[in-house]
Amino acid sequence: MKLSRRKFMKIAGVSAAGLTAAVTGVAPLTGIAAEEVKGPAYQAKGLTAKRWGMAMFVNRLQDPALIKQIAESCHKPHNVPNIPGDQEIKWIWADSYAKSFPDSLAETAKDHNFEDLMSKRFLLLCNHCENPACTKVCPTGATFKREDGIVVMDPHRCMGCRYCMVGCPYGARSFNFHNPSDFLEDVNQRYPRRMRGVVEKCNFCTERLAEGKLPYCVEASDGAIVFGDLGDRDSEISKLLRENYSLLRKPSLGTGPNVYYII
Amino acid sequence: MLKDLIKDFIDEMKPKLINDRMFIMGGLGAFVVLFTSPFWLNFLFSLFTGDDVYERPKIALPTEYKECVSTRDYMRAEHMQLLDTWRDMAVREGKREYVDANGNKWDINLQNTCMSCHANKPDFCDTCHTSNSVDPYCWDCHVEPKGNQQ
Repeated sequence: MKLSRRKFMKIAGVSAAGLTAAVTGVAPLTGIAAEEVKGPAYQAKGLTAKRWGMAMFVNRLQDPALIKQIAESCHKPHNVPNIPGDQEIKWIWADSYAKSFPDSLAETAKDHNFEDLMSKRFLLLCNHCENPACTKVCPTGATFKREDGIVVMDPHRCMGCRYCMVGCPYGARSFNFHNPSDFLEDVNQRYPRRMRGVVEKCNFCTERLAEGKLPYCVEASDGAIVFGDLGDRDSEISKLLRENYSLLRKPSLGTGPNVYYII
Repeated sequence: MLKDLIKDFIDEMKPKLINDRMFIMGGLGAFVVLFTSPFWLNFLFSLFTGDDVYERPKIALPTEYKECVSTRDYMRAEHMQLLDTWRDMAVREGKREYVDANGNKWDINLQNTCMSCHANKPDFCDTCHTSNSVDPYCWDCHVEPKGNQQ
């Protein structure tokens, strides 16, 4: 049978129309059906971003009680043990300007009230670098960068070589010299502990972002810490950083930290 | 003189060779009996007690929930592979949503999804693991439900 050009076009047109109708007509129905059935422990979809980042209003984070409260708000639910001395485990902590920004000393001394800065305390945590040194030296791939910019630890793969601790220029990583369970008073039932011989650090609360919540420190800071998408020019944090003068820790090393200090 | 010595030596060896054969066969027999002892001992015990010595352990199933993420047979045989896949999905890929064969959605989370139903670790996880001599190290880090510690 020879198909005329006109007839072929007719059949093609009807088929295309039918296909469109089928897709638009059926898709919403199946979509709704899939949304309605949920397992007993299912939670809503979490927060996503191109590149997560953090900005801190340094002047509002000077009260030692507030700093302690923020550190506890992170360490307690993450089952971070309280070990005194040089074998401590820390995800978020505070230190002086000279210790936090050693390579910015000369620059800021010219432009800002240097005496004022030297008297300030700075909340420090993993910078979730754009170009992290820790992930490059890790021989097992236990630490890696997620697509949303968060540098995470997979303790299942960590063998405790501590190369990442040498690689990290911010001292953001801690090694479990002891079994952390021996130093935990109240264990958070909803988050795992670690074991002896693995490295741990701040994870930008990936488990909370997955539940659609902001990190613990952001919640505890009463607005002094802002968390958001640095990859989005219109996000609150991007606007804040355009409007305010901020510092980065050791920018000359080229790691591209994503935690900003608004001074 | 030397010839006699050699002859004596050969004579000495001959009967010994015959005796050794008995020792070797006896030893081999004893080895086979000992090596297979678990099988026939089990058989003997079962004759005396009247039932199988190994019993499939009875595990405590959750009472409130009837549905799991997969069938009973699959979970019994393959739960470790499923947990391994879940671990990689959650930790490495950041995917925390699992859709089972019936279209139900689950949060990929050992402590908060699996253990929210299977809250009885000693009677659910440990009974089987102990009787099969496996010692998974999940609980070195993951926290078992509080219900067990009372």
